[in-house]
Amino acid sequence: MTELSKTQTTLNQPEPTKPPRSQWLDVWDQFKTHKGAMMGGILFILIVAGVYLGPFIWDIDATQIDIRSRNQGPSWAHPFGTDQLGRDLLARMMAGGATSVSVGITAMLLALFLGSFIGVLAGFFKRLDGPLMRLTDLFLALPLLPLLLVMMLLFREPLNAAFGLEQGIFILIVSAIGITSWMPTARIVRGDVLALKEREFVLAARSIGTTNSKLITRHILPNVLSPIMVSATLGIATAIITESALSFLGLGFPPDFPTWGRLLFDGVDYLQQYPERVIWPGLAISLTVLSVNYLGDGLRDALDPRIRGR
Amino acid sequence: MLTFTIRRLVLAVPTLLFISLVIFMLLEFAPGDPMAQVPLTVPPEVKEKMREALGLGQPIHIRFWKWIVQFFWIEPQVLIDYYFGTSFSEGKLRVISWQTRSPVMDIVVQRIPQTLWVVGTAYVVAIIIALPIGIYSAYRQYSWFDQLGTFVSMVGFSVPPFFSGVLVIVIFSVQLGWFPSIYDTTLVVDSWDSFVKQLQQMIMPVMVLALQITAQLSRFMRASMLDNLNQDYVRTARAKGLSEYVVVMVHVLRNSMIPVVTVIALGIPAIFGGAIITEQVFKVNGIGQLLIGAIQANDLPMVQTLTFIFAVLIVLFNLIADVLYGILDPRIRYD
Repeated sequence: MTELSKTQTTLNQPEPTKPPRSQWLDVWDQFKTHKGAMMGGILFILIVAGVYLGPFIWDIDATQIDIRSRNQGPSWAHPFGTDQLGRDLLARMMAGGATSVSVGITAMLLALFLGSFIGVLAGFFKRLDGPLMRLTDLFLALPLLPLLLVMMLLFREPLNAAFGLEQGIFILIVSAIGITSWMPTARIVRGDVLALKEREFVLAARSIGTTNSKLITRHILPNVLSPIMVSATLGIATAIITESALSFLGLGFPPDFPTWGRLLFDGVDYLQQYPERVIWPGLAISLTVLSVNYLGDGLRDALDPRIRGR
Repeated sequence: MLTFTIRRLVLAVPTLLFISLVIFMLLEFAPGDPMAQVPLTVPPEVKEKMREALGLGQPIHIRFWKWIVQFFWIEPQVLIDYYFGTSFSEGKLRVISWQTRSPVMDIVVQRIPQTLWVVGTAYVVAIIIALPIGIYSAYRQYSWFDQLGTFVSMVGFSVPPFFSGVLVIVIFSVQLGWFPSIYDTTLVVDSWDSFVKQLQQMIMPVMVLALQITAQLSRFMRASMLDNLNQDYVRTARAKGLSEYVVVMVHVLRNSMIPVVTVIALGIPAIFGGAIITEQVFKVNGIGQLLIGAIQANDLPMVQTLTFIFAVLIVLFNLIADVLYGILDPRIRYD
């Protein structure tokens, strides 16, 4: 009863008492209630800050060899110890993390761009829908990990020659991961665009003479932003895992260029004597991916208007 | 349904042909030279002869056609010969590995049992664990069991197999010394002792693989159960006075299993691909490890055949999943 009278009074008031709220404020409110997502977000920011800003504080070079102090345990001079060549493991972890996270984010952006582009084209233009979706199906039917390994094998040399050792392998890994992981995004975006296209506001925009390109950028894209954002977070997670897997199989970055996967791979040889060398990079990968996954979970809930406000 | 299945089967042929072309063209650009290991003292004209002996001298389209004929025409004949003792394939050239100079399919057939044992067991174990977890956490949504299940499956998603594998090696073989860290494929199970040994060496790889699969499947089962638990027919079943067990385990479960069964079918080829890393960690000499070895040794026919086998598996199980969906859910009509 009180509920009803309350709505009555609100309806009777000539002006709304509450200031209007933007959509993103609502999203943020919903996101805050998801504890796992909040913790995941904070953890992810901490990890990113640690790997990018950490080297300014802990300024030992990750590749500096100090053979006298090799295989040391944790100490104040080397909090994570040193490896078989006396390189500081904390510095290597930070350098490796910077590479892994950069690869993850860049590859995710590439996959996202490809996926949204193909998804919007397929959903918006009826003539392109058939061929583009068949293409997506074909890509989904490719055995991805074997293909990635083959790509690593084939294009490593020419790209290294063209862009230098580190740059070349970075471009190779990012584009290989990007090209093989855009399909889920494309499918989701296409589905959403197909539904949006039939809505009245699109018809209204079209009736006042909006061109196709403006229609896509102004009306369609902002509305498919939420599925794109969710696949972005999940894309970072898969990209980091894929990069580490490649490095772990010995087909990723070269040995003197640390990434988390490479550090783990190097640590496996010393598994019996120094198990912590495997555990640190493995823990870093797992924590990053876990935090990103929780972040994506929370974002999905927060961006879904049916769940929001409950 | 039958016409749909046949249509999909016909459509699968161009898909597979396209994939084989992609794989072939990709390998065509390989800068790696199979003659790189040959000593420098061998004169160039002899090297050229060797290259031709490997079948490298001809143009691309002829080699592609030859490979297709070998894979789709000659290899099945070999299989028929093997089972029925006929001699269709006698004197015909098979796909030959550059590493061992023996037919690729023979090596693959040698390696497949190991993969199937480890991966298959892991898949079965994962299904047995995941389904009850999914059902119970959906039935008691937001209970502590559900929260725990969510967390465990998040961890299962996030911990890559090359870390969880190494971690269980550190714990169970280095610290505790319970299980061997290397999978011994020469072990012949003929007594109780060797059976126990086989069990011990299988526990760790199966555990690592099963964790990943369980994480995905239990999430799926939970979501599917949740979709069905709030439906009207569930209320009707309860109103009829059916026991809670019958409502959940018969009415809801049977309807929730429809998407889960297709996901299980879809996951099977991905398991072969994902098992590459697990096989590498535990040194199981299955087909995943064979692929890595072939890639490192530049053994193109082997890489090509294995990648194509993976592709065939994916296309096949996609088809099976689609057909299963149509059979299990009569609302879905493809025709």
